[in-house]
Amino acid sequence: MVFFFQNLVNALQWGSFYALIALGYSMVYGILMLFNFAHGDIFMVGAYIGFGVATGITALASFGAIALPNWLILVLTIIISMFLTSFVGILVERLGYRPLREAPRASAAITGLMIGIILETGNLALLGAKRVRFPSLIETSTYNIGGVFVTNKKIMIVVVSLLLMFALHQFVRRTKWGMAMRAMAFDYVVVPLMGVPINTIAAMTFAIGSALAAAAGILFGVAYPVLDPYMGIVFGWKAFVAAILGGRGSILGATLAGFLLGFIEIFVAMIFPSTLRDLIAYSIILLILAFRPHGFFGEPYSARLRL
Amino acid sequence: MRKGLFFIVSCLVIGLIFTPCAWSKTKTIKIGINAPMTGDIPKVGEGSKFAAEMWLEDIKAAGGLEVGGKKYPVEVVIEDNESKAESAVKVNTKMITEDEVLFIVGPQSSKQAIPAGEVANNYKTPMISPWSTNPDTTKDRPFVFRGCFLDPFQGPVLANFIKEEFGFSKAAVLYDVASDYPKGLAEFFKEAWEKVNGPGSVVAFESFTTKDADFSSQLTKIIRSGAEVLFTPQYYNEVALIVQQAHELGWNKPIVGSDSWGSAETVELCGKDCYGLFFSTHYAAAGAKGATKAFIDRYNKKHGYVPDDVAALTWDALGLVKASIQSCGKITGNVEKDRQCIRDAMANIKEFDGITGKMTFTEDGDPIKCAVLVRISDKGEYEFYKSVCP
Repeated sequence: MVFFFQNLVNALQWGSFYALIALGYSMVYGILMLFNFAHGDIFMVGAYIGFGVATGITALASFGAIALPNWLILVLTIIISMFLTSFVGILVERLGYRPLREAPRASAAITGLMIGIILETGNLALLGAKRVRFPSLIETSTYNIGGVFVTNKKIMIVVVSLLLMFALHQFVRRTKWGMAMRAMAFDYVVVPLMGVPINTIAAMTFAIGSALAAAAGILFGVAYPVLDPYMGIVFGWKAFVAAILGGRGSILGATLAGFLLGFIEIFVAMIFPSTLRDLIAYSIILLILAFRPHGFFGEPYSARLRL
Repeated sequence: MRKGLFFIVSCLVIGLIFTPCAWSKTKTIKIGINAPMTGDIPKVGEGSKFAAEMWLEDIKAAGGLEVGGKKYPVEVVIEDNESKAESAVKVNTKMITEDEVLFIVGPQSSKQAIPAGEVANNYKTPMISPWSTNPDTTKDRPFVFRGCFLDPFQGPVLANFIKEEFGFSKAAVLYDVASDYPKGLAEFFKEAWEKVNGPGSVVAFESFTTKDADFSSQLTKIIRSGAEVLFTPQYYNEVALIVQQAHELGWNKPIVGSDSWGSAETVELCGKDCYGLFFSTHYAAAGAKGATKAFIDRYNKKHGYVPDDVAALTWDALGLVKASIQSCGKITGNVEKDRQCIRDAMANIKEFDGITGKMTFTEDGDPIKCAVLVRISDKGEYEFYKSVCP
C-alpha cells in the first residue's frame, strides 16, 4: 500500500509537467489548427530563462544587500520568466507561423520542427554544450508520512501546476478574450469575419501557451536540476501525445491526459520491468486512441480540418 | 594595410607553388581526435581536447616529432561526435578518408567507441580509445587499442570493494539500457556480485533509457526491494539526478558508481547529495606524485580546474601514439603503409609507464592496470581511498 501511494505521489509530480506542456499544444492546435512542434523547445527556453532570471535576482539581491527569502525569489522567477517566455512564443508566431497561415498544414508543422532545431542549436551556440545546474532555490525538506516520502518541492510543483491550470480555465471561460478564443476554435475562417482580430488572438494563444511552458520549465528545473539544450524534444513529443489524447482544444482534456500519461508511465514501470516502460505505456495509449479517436473531450469533426 | 595584404597573399601563393616539394621533404603526421564536444557529455570532450592541445604544445616546443632521426611536424584534427554512435562513425570515416590521419584517439565512451572501432579496423587505421572500458571495443580488432582497464575487471573490483568495505549482501543496480557502457558494466557487476553473495543477491536490476530525467518509479522499486547499496554506472549528468531523487525518496544507504563518475562536473551538478559516495576510476588527482602531479598542475594552471580521468587517459593514449610512431621508425608518406607500420609497432609495445599508472598490454591490445577507488570528500574533492590491482 505504501508502495502504491509512493508511486501515486511520483506520478502526480511527473504528470504535472506533461499536463502543463500539453495545454500549450492543445490551445494552439484547438484554435489555429496548428501542430506547434516547437513547443517542447519553448519549454526548454523557458527553463533556461528561469535559470537566468533566478541567477540574476540572486546576484542583484546580494549586490544590493537585500535579504530576499528564497521562496520569494522563486515566485518572482516564475512570474518574470513566464512574462519573458511569452514574448518568445509571440515571436515564434509572428516570424514562423503567421507568414504560413494560409499555407498547407504540413508546411506549418515542419516550421515548428525547424524553429525547434533553431532554438536548440541557438542555445548551444549561445551557452555552449555544458550542462547547467538550476539553482536550488528552496531547501528540500522531506516528510515521511507513514512510509511515503513527500518533499516540499513535490507538493509545490503539483499545487502551482493545478493553480495555473485553474487560472487558464477561468480565463477561457469567463473573459471576453477567452470567449473569442473559444469562438475561433469553433471556426477560424468565419469568426474573424465577425470582427474578432485573428492576429491578436493567435499571438495571445502562443503567449499563454509559452508562459505555461516556462512555468513547467522552472518547476522541472526545481525537481530535476540539470538543464540541457535537448531536454525538450522527447518531453515535447510525449506532451503532444497527451494534448491529442485529451481532445482538440480541451483544457480539461489536456490536463487529465497529461496526468494520465504520467500515471501510466510510472505505474507501468512499477509493475513491469522498467526496460519495457515506454513500450507498454504507449501501447496502452494507442489502444485508448483506437477506441476514442477524438480523445477524451474532442468533438467529431471532419470538413473544416485542413490537414 | 593594403601592402600587408598583398604581402600575405603573395606569400600564400608562393607557399602553394612550393607545397608539393615541401611535402616530399617534411610530411605532416596527422592525429585525429574523435571526441564528444557537444551532446550529453561535453565535459568529456573538453578534457580530451585540452589534453591533446597540451600534448601538441610539447611536440611543437620540441620542433616536431622525431622519427628515425628526422623531425616531422604534427597536426591534430579534433572532430565532434556529438556523443552519438552514428556521428562517431561519420567522424572516423571522415578523418580516415579525407584528413588521412595516421592514428585516431577516441571516441571516449563505449557507445561510440564500439561502432567507430569497426570503421577504423575496416580501414586498417590504428585507433586507441582512452576511456572505453567495454570489451567489445577492441575484441577481434587488430587495429583497435585502448588506454584503460576493462569492465570485466571493474565489475568485480566494485563488487568486492562493497563486500569488504560495508559487508553488504543485497545490492540494487540502476542503469541506462540504451547505452553500451552502463549496460555492459551493470551486467558484469551483477555477475560478480552474485558470485560473491550467491544467486538472487542483486535484489533489483532496474533500467531506464538515455535522456530520461525521472527515475522515481525505478528508485521506489529499489527502495522496496530491501537493497543495502545502490550501484549506478552512469554518466555525470544522470548521476546528479539519480542521487538527488534517491535521497528525496528516503534512500539513505550508500550509492556506488564507476569510472564514468570521474568527470570534473559530477560534483558541480550533484552538489552536497554526492558527498561521501564512492566510485572506481583510473586515477586520483589528490595526492598524485611525479609526472602525474606535473600534468595535473600544468592542466590546472592553464584551464582552472583539476583534470578528470578522461584528460589523463587521453594524455597517456597520446603518449602511446607517440611511442608507437617513434618505434615504427620511418614515415614514408604512403598513408596505408605508415598506418600498418604504426599499428604493428603499437601491438609490440609490452609496457608503458603513463600518468595513470604502469600498464602492460595483452594480445588483444588491452592494458592490464590498476583501478583506484575514490571517495567524494565533504568538500566535493575526489580523495584517493584505495587501489586495486589485478
